[in-house]
Amino acid sequence: MKILVPVKRVVDYNVKIRVKADGTGVELANVKMSMNPFDEISVEEALRLKEAGKATEIVVVSIGPAKAEETIRTALAMGADRGILIETDETVEPLAVAKLLKGVVEAENPGLVILGKQAIDDDSNQTGQMLAALLKWGQATFASKLEIGEGAAKVTREVDGGLQTIAVKLPAIVTTDLRLNEPRYASLPNIMKAKKKPLDKKSPAEFGVDLSPRLKVLKTEEPGGRKAGVKVGSVAELVEKLKTEAGVL
Amino acid sequence: MAILLLAEHDGASVSDQTGKALTAATQIGGEVHVLVAGSGAQGAADAAAKLSGVSKVLLADDAAYANSLAEPLADLIVSLSGAYDVIIAAATATAKNVMPRVAALLDVMQVSEIIEVVSADTYRRPIYAGNAIQTVQSTDAKKVITVRTAAFQGAGEGGSAAVETVSAAGNAGLSSFVEDALSSSDRPELTSAKIIVSGGRALGSSEKFREVILPLADKLGAAVGASRAAVDAGYAPNDWQVGQTGKVVAPALYIACGISGAIQHLAGMKDSKVIVAINKDEEAPIFQVADYGLVGDLFQIIPELEKAL
Repeated sequence: MKILVPVKRVVDYNVKIRVKADGTGVELANVKMSMNPFDEISVEEALRLKEAGKATEIVVVSIGPAKAEETIRTALAMGADRGILIETDETVEPLAVAKLLKGVVEAENPGLVILGKQAIDDDSNQTGQMLAALLKWGQATFASKLEIGEGAAKVTREVDGGLQTIAVKLPAIVTTDLRLNEPRYASLPNIMKAKKKPLDKKSPAEFGVDLSPRLKVLKTEEPGGRKAGVKVGSVAELVEKLKTEAGVL
Repeated sequence: MAILLLAEHDGASVSDQTGKALTAATQIGGEVHVLVAGSGAQGAADAAAKLSGVSKVLLADDAAYANSLAEPLADLIVSLSGAYDVIIAAATATAKNVMPRVAALLDVMQVSEIIEVVSADTYRRPIYAGNAIQTVQSTDAKKVITVRTAAFQGAGEGGSAAVETVSAAGNAGLSSFVEDALSSSDRPELTSAKIIVSGGRALGSSEKFREVILPLADKLGAAVGASRAAVDAGYAPNDWQVGQTGKVVAPALYIACGISGAIQHLAGMKDSKVIVAINKDEEAPIFQVADYGLVGDLFQIIPELEKAL
């Protein structure tokens, strides 16, 4: 079985982002970029399935600017087999991403697509579910455990009240949650080897997908700030303040 | 304008979060119909009918909807969608799973986790873990929206809407339910609690987490939360996680115990009315958002606090 893993290049999770002063967006120039953390978990899960003999090939796909190649190379260095970059400098919304990925799925015929449950830049949490809808496949989102069986996968999902386990027919879409695994680091020799792994470049036009945004971003602003309050010296003082000053007890 | 609100329910009642999403729906404006999809969910439909601002309740009672599996539930919503301009739901685990599927089936770009309704087609939503707020205008004819409930007050009761039965939309059987392992607790739910006591990695073990955090929470009638670090380390279950990718909460009082305050955690709790931080590291970022900070050993402070209340 072939596994397709879409990955996104995002601002590194350790970076405190800055909103542009003119309200047109978030400052991305000279900011450290990395693979979306949930996508690292997706790559790792695919690698583990291959190591367990459940998968034969792992194809990584990214949609983004030329530099998204670095993100694909990171996945190749972790152990994925080959990459596809659909190059565009436009902002591509989750719906358009799902449409492009549908085209990749139709060309590659994977038995499973593993995506991160959300990207930590736009926090949309949509692409996997949308891809499942467009392909008319089953979906198992927010996975914390994944077992591949005959023609179906058993997936334990993180839900509001705890955990839910479902069985989903293959081919299927799985989206990853934090507890699924701990991604490996790429070793230096593997980083070198990854440079030689095959990477196909494509354009959105080849897929005939209209990338025009459906959401018009009118403004991007700093959130209302919170100021640091006071340090109290004792438990008694804390209780007193919560009762009289804050009025929450 | 007609709005379809997907209810989150347990068969007998609708969740507080549905009431908050109803407030957002009312602000968008128009007639609001609530969809209760479930198996044996008449009680929840009757409860939804009492919410103020609801003009009709649609009850789809069928085994296919017993476990809120995404595929049949999305097909049901799509089958009803022709009559509606807006399809909306609280951003619960169920809605996050099903609503984007609905949106793609309708060729609509979903607006996720709105925190404010600016006008019928324009909303504010957080990006980058709440470190920026975007104002977006949807150009789709039909809107699909999820609501961050921490940003809205719950709708009151006093309605008396009619409950209408709608037929099921089939089940292609793409997925099936195996089992639930849900936490059972007498404590309030995180997303609707007035007070939350939250623990971090500094607790050191699952035993200590329970021994130290739970008595304080129970004394306050509070819900229990945890940082990602504490959940990853196995000190607390996943459904307690507060943060960018966990639950987003805004209680009247949030007590952070041994939580350093990574931006991903702050994203989930910085809209709380009053924040208390207890941490031995006086440089911890949590103090930058806390109204009241207490520097010291939480293993001494928390039991002392519990006794003082």
